[in-house]
Amino acid sequence: MSEYNGEIRKMMIILSKATLENVYAAFVLANGARMEGIEAEMFFTFFGLEAIHKEKLEHLHIATVGNPAMHMPTMLGGLPGMEALATHMMKKEMERIDMPDVHEFLDILTASGVKLWACKLAMDMFHYKKEDMYDDIDGVITVGDFYKQGSGIGTHMLFI
Amino acid sequence: MNKIIAGATVQVNEEGYLTDFPQWNKEIGTALALEADINMTPRHWEVIDYLQGEFKNESPLSIRKIGKSGVVDIKEFYQLFPMAPLKTASKIAGIPKPASCI
Repeated sequence: MSEYNGEIRKMMIILSKATLENVYAAFVLANGARMEGIEAEMFFTFFGLEAIHKEKLEHLHIATVGNPAMHMPTMLGGLPGMEALATHMMKKEMERIDMPDVHEFLDILTASGVKLWACKLAMDMFHYKKEDMYDDIDGVITVGDFYKQGSGIGTHMLFI
Repeated sequence: MNKIIAGATVQVNEEGYLTDFPQWNKEIGTALALEADINMTPRHWEVIDYLQGEFKNESPLSIRKIGKSGVVDIKEFYQLFPMAPLKTASKIAGIPKPASCI
């Protein structure tokens, strides 16, 4: 502990969800790490894979059902078009605060040196191929491989 | 607080950022860069010029904006200023630490 004073040297961020608010949280944390000179790697598993799936990443939604922070009755959130409407409104706000869209954010992350890994097990389960995914992912790996990537002093892991 | 950099006394905050931009000059920038283990090249100065221009226009900086600047792309920005590029480059440029999360 005394050698490096407890500082964070590497963030290993696991994304298991594809709702827009979770995807953005993971991306902001990874990018924010790089901005501070901290290494960052991401592991996309289960629904999180949609955030790097070429055909799906532009169509992610925020959750209007089962999300108390939406402050609307669950029945209303389930009406057709409600997710699209809420997502549209949120995207407008994000553009206003200079938040990039999902594809541009992936470009920023890779240019900043964030490693992007797809989970092999989840890829098999969803029948995804590497060609289906964002071109600049670093590879399809197992959870064991991901742990290995995180070895070293000052590594922190985060599950979203 | 005061700090002597490259033979000049300048005002800095507790993190070492200049608090009075008109006190900045290229020698101070070079000395601040050396503190961060960076040897300034003409390419570095082009980026610093851009940051100072944005500061003078009171236009807030972010990594995304750097990428769209047309001056440098994000990858090269990280190569020029490897550790915490936006913060390091801002310090060298004599402008405040950017408050951006992106």
